[in-house]
Amino acid sequence: MPTLFHNVWNAHSVRTLPSGQTQLFVGLHLIHEVTSPQAFDMIRQHGWRVAFPERTFATVDHIVPTSVQKRPFIDLTAEEMTSVLERNCHEYGIQLYAPGASGGEHQGIVHVIGPEMGLTQPGMTIACGDSHTSTHGALGAIAFGIGTSQVRDVLASQSLALDPLKVRRINVDGHLRPGVFAKDVILTIIRRLGVQGGVGFAYEYGGSTVDRMTIDERMTMCNMSIEGGARVGYINPDDTTFRYIEGRPFAPQGPAFTRAVEWWRQIASTPDAEYDDVVHIDAGSIEPTVTWGINPGQSVGIHEAIATNADEEALTFMGFKAGARVEGTRIDVAFIGSCTNGRLSDLEEAAKIVKGRHVAPHVKALVVPGSQAVSRAAVARGLDQVFTNAGFEWRGAGCSMCLAMNPDKLEGNQICASSSNRNFKGRQGSPTGRTLLMSPAMVAAAAVSGEVVDVRAMLDEVHA
Amino acid sequence: MPAITSIAGRGLPLRGDDLDTDRIMPARFLRAVTFEGLENHVFEDDKKDNPNHPFNDAKYKGAAILVVNSNFGCGSSREHAPQGLARYGIQAIVGESFSEIFLGNSAVLGIPCFTAEKTAIEHLQAAIEKSPDLVIEADVANGVVSAGTLGIEATVPSGLRDAFVTDQWNPTAMLLADFDKVRAIAKGLPYVSGF
Ligand code: SF4
Repeated sequence: MPTLFHNVWNAHSVRTLPSGQTQLFVGLHLIHEVTSPQAFDMIRQHGWRVAFPERTFATVDHIVPTSVQKRPFIDLTAEEMTSVLERNCHEYGIQLYAPGASGGEHQGIVHVIGPEMGLTQPGMTIACGDSHTSTHGALGAIAFGIGTSQVRDVLASQSLALDPLKVRRINVDGHLRPGVFAKDVILTIIRRLGVQGGVGFAYEYGGSTVDRMTIDERMTMCNMSIEGGARVGYINPDDTTFRYIEGRPFAPQGPAFTRAVEWWRQIASTPDAEYDDVVHIDAGSIEPTVTWGINPGQSVGIHEAIATNADEEALTFMGFKAGARVEGTRIDVAFIGSCTNGRLSDLEEAAKIVKGRHVAPHVKALVVPGSQAVSRAAVARGLDQVFTNAGFEWRGAGCSMCLAMNPDKLEGNQICASSSNRNFKGRQGSPTGRTLLMSPAMVAAAAVSGEVVDVRAMLDEVHA
Repeated sequence: MPAITSIAGRGLPLRGDDLDTDRIMPARFLRAVTFEGLENHVFEDDKKDNPNHPFNDAKYKGAAILVVNSNFGCGSSREHAPQGLARYGIQAIVGESFSEIFLGNSAVLGIPCFTAEKTAIEHLQAAIEKSPDLVIEADVANGVVSAGTLGIEATVPSGLRDAFVTDQWNPTAMLLADFDKVRAIAKGLPYVSGF
């Protein structure tokens, strides 16, 4: 029996191209300021139209400043890239959410606002010029990260030339222990299967642990599929999904919603679906996890030592010795945000740790909400106060220090406890800067302790 | 757009697994609305960090064929990475494996990515290091990369191979060729028609 992946693939297959690849219809196209300007130039040069402008939505996230978001931005390049996107969207009739434009209050990281607005729905194909497009799979969509020439293709034809993927089912069963989060689960999966393990595969996550997860948690999981080499990650739509979507601005309304739920149920993988591979993960064995290296597969449980045969290049760059622990590592910066962990529930988990404590004096700590809507919801709950009282900077929405295209950067070889998704060399803006990936709660714990610690010790205090 | 059946040129061996696109093209060079000038920033931080980096080495100047190890181009989908390599003069890449997004981004720029066995790649890298002037021939149609007396089996995924040799590697025109079918598929999708 077919999987959701196959059902969606078949429903969107336009034809087999002369090259043998499949022409796949793209149901939702998301664009941002960094990977789209050249694509618009290309379609302009060829005199092509945008085929379905109503199926493309734009926002600014990558370069947008998060300190002051008043236009014009002080950063002239950010201002230029934003106004080029504005011009392109205006010329081709595409909805844009950007500061200073109408609808600006919906601006945010592209993978945060898609689900938030109800644009992301089960059974859709979604493409975006960003590798973390896999995030949208949390709602049962099949979502592909693409390059700029493919952004051009989607603008011009609302379709892509693709080869099908194999499907690997990853079953996570059992109960996560307190202080262990979706971030720890996905870091464990990547560590287990390797950063190349998913090449050629779509990852379908399931099992009792995933069934119990909220959509926010599922997004954290699907988001990092690409770090395991899988271009696509998804979770079959269920009642949790439908409840999440209902009532959102772009969700189907009334009787249409009921019909939609019926279709969404039909396209899901059946219990007897056949997979190219099946993997089992025991949720109860997962510890709070931190990376020590220069790719997201190089991680350890918080009380575990780095393997004695660990990669030399990574050890040298990070300044760790084989056999050492990451626990107790002094940090310089703490970053809570990104499309992996910049949603309301992430800020809530971090705030629980931060409340009544203070950021260590040597640590620069910032919270960057994933979208303006996340920010508003957090402010309504007083979370901004919790963070600023503790000495965190509270910022506007954007990607910020996840990739450091704006002024939020590491300096020299600073060490950053980060809730983002990539610990590549230079990722956070300094060629020698060092990133330790972990859950937002673990980042919060590191920020107030000044070093990497086991968040569970602090949870006990919270509960006591 | 010409067919690409084979590429000949000098080689550039770049050792290391999991070289991500942040390494190939650091994010600060994405702060622009065109791809112009990216050739000047390929592996910029790695080059600064290591004076012996192959991209610093005069003996590989003008190379057309990059030879890498496994999972090359993982991470960010930024086309700026293959754009930089293309503008630098790289016309084909041979490696043990590639990230899918990187492989696809390279293909639309007319750069075939060949995959070969680990040991074959190591031999090829060693051969180039020994004789940097060796002319490498990367044959897309037949799935062979040869360098002097060394010949290794190296293939481009079949769909892309056919696209290269039949001159259909830049897909936009193909995707637009039967646009009525695109419209028909759209119409049949419940979420497009509003359920
Ligand atoms: S938050 Fe980071 S990973 Fe996510 S879209 Fe922005 S830059 Fe990419």
